Amino acid sequence: MPETDEREADIGPRSFWSGTITFGLVSIPVELYPAHRSSRVSLRMVSPEGTPLERRYFCAREERELDWGEIVRGYELEKGSFVVVTDDELEKLAPDRTRDIDLRRFVPANDIDPMHFERAYFLTPGGNSTKAYRLLAATMEKTGRAGIATFVMRGKEYLIAILAENGILRAETLRFADEVRTPDDVGLPEPARASATAVKKIEKAIRSLTRDALDESQLEDAASARLIDLARRKAEEGEDVVAAPDVEAAPPADGVLDLMAVLKRSLEGRTDTDDAPAGRSTPRKSAAKKTATKKAAAKKTAAKKTAAKKTAAKK
Amino acid sequence: MAARAIWKGRIRFGDVDVPVKLYSAVQDRSIRFRLLHEKDGEPVTQRMIDPSTGDIVEHADVQRAFPTDDGELVLLDDDELASVQPEPSRDIEVTHFVDPAAITHQWYDRPYFLGPDEDDGAYAALADALRRRKVEGVARWVMRNTEYVGALRLHGDHLVLMTLRRAGEVVPASALDAPGGRTLDRREVDMATQLVAALEDDLDLSEFRDEYRDRVLELIEAKAEGKVVRFPAPPKKKAAASLGDMLERSVREVKKRRKSA
Repeated sequence: MPETDEREADIGPRSFWSGTITFGLVSIPVELYPAHRSSRVSLRMVSPEGTPLERRYFCAREERELDWGEIVRGYELEKGSFVVVTDDELEKLAPDRTRDIDLRRFVPANDIDPMHFERAYFLTPGGNSTKAYRLLAATMEKTGRAGIATFVMRGKEYLIAILAENGILRAETLRFADEVRTPDDVGLPEPARASATAVKKIEKAIRSLTRDALDESQLEDAASARLIDLARRKAEEGEDVVAAPDVEAAPPADGVLDLMAVLKRSLEGRTDTDDAPAGRSTPRKSAAKKTATKKAAAKKTAAKKTAAKKTAAKK
Repeated sequence: MAARAIWKGRIRFGDVDVPVKLYSAVQDRSIRFRLLHEKDGEPVTQRMIDPSTGDIVEHADVQRAFPTDDGELVLLDDDELASVQPEPSRDIEVTHFVDPAAITHQWYDRPYFLGPDEDDGAYAALADALRRRKVEGVARWVMRNTEYVGALRLHGDHLVLMTLRRAGEVVPASALDAPGGRTLDRREVDMATQLVAALEDDLDLSEFRDEYRDRVLELIEAKAEGKVVRFPAPPKKKAAASLGDMLERSVREVKKRRKSA
């Protein structure tokens, strides 16, 4: 069962979704990889003796620990009254959309309001042929267009923009229109009239601070750096250090390189065979394929869940 | 209904000082589920346990530890954790201004609206100056014990502070090589271009609804009322064909649909 509230957390540098972009009648198998990587330091929760703790679920009424199999998901209608919803039901609500990104609308890529962009993912070719993938990427890049679509992944519908850059397709999740407030929603007043003198004064201050490029050193995570320094200093002095052979190390500072390697491999690792059919395959073949994908997906979800349970506490 | 400000601060650079209020510009619409014990419908409680003893460790006794590369844990107590916290401040310090194109949207994380805090004139002057200089600012501030870096930019007539991701968190497409293969067929490129053009329209994000969310809410309602739930039928599959044929048929179908619409 996916943990709805933690779904976006803990996405490692692996493909966690594979599916198909449909463009007219053309199907393009793709895999999704994160284009962002969290660099924040994750602290572990431990006992006073330093044993890593595990999160477990308990029933308050029976005062005992529960197995995952005893737990269901409920929607709270009113205080204390729940409707139980199963994974199977949620899956059945979107049979056609869990594996397909149906591109039916193209817009000028620059028209998308930046307030809507949420997260970016790279799409890499998923099948043996890269031709249809390259064709779509080249066409979108040449025309400066973005494709807009919705699709369902892990029990949530996503609005996405497909963008092409440097011959690579990227999916960016967008906030739905009702998820972004307007100044009216917030209740911001119409701006007052500014005095010309005040504007001039500010413009002068802006001019003296205007630079040609973004100074990326400003984006360094100073808080994490201080925490790492503190921990390294204590480690060197052997102060409050306990052995924990089963514990995964914090993601290295160059964790992005890790993701880069995975991305490069998945973009390179395909041989282009032009004779592969580009359309949807026959029902029988497709059914077999789907089961396989589903199984793989289920495995991935299970793996992710274990990973998600590993306590990642940020203070 | 006006939203409540989540924080108050002062935008500062040079001799400029503009008091502002921060408002979240996004609202989460996800459906929240609770985990329940199936047998008695009781919401589950989460507890931390020590797997070596099976004992529950109470929240107050839980310690934090930093995992090192050598498979060790360094325990950090509350005082030590507090010592690396940033100094609280009300300043939103703008360090430099750049052409808006210098910060691609992949750096953007979360938008906040800024409203004037008792000095409408200063707010309006800053908005006007940003508009006239055609720049956005790079600002840093500390809000609720967390350090943020954000882009100070215009959204229509209002100011927005867009938090930015950290150095190294964005993988640019330019750092990757595109998948290779044989040169694309001219005819197919033309058809794909036609297909994109045929599917082109103005952007209106309000046309896209989270329909899945609607369906989940309908399902919940139906189940609450004890009704039989109907699920949509799975889609039919189509036969395979070559890429060229598929493009040609797609262009034809889209054009036909456009004409009859």
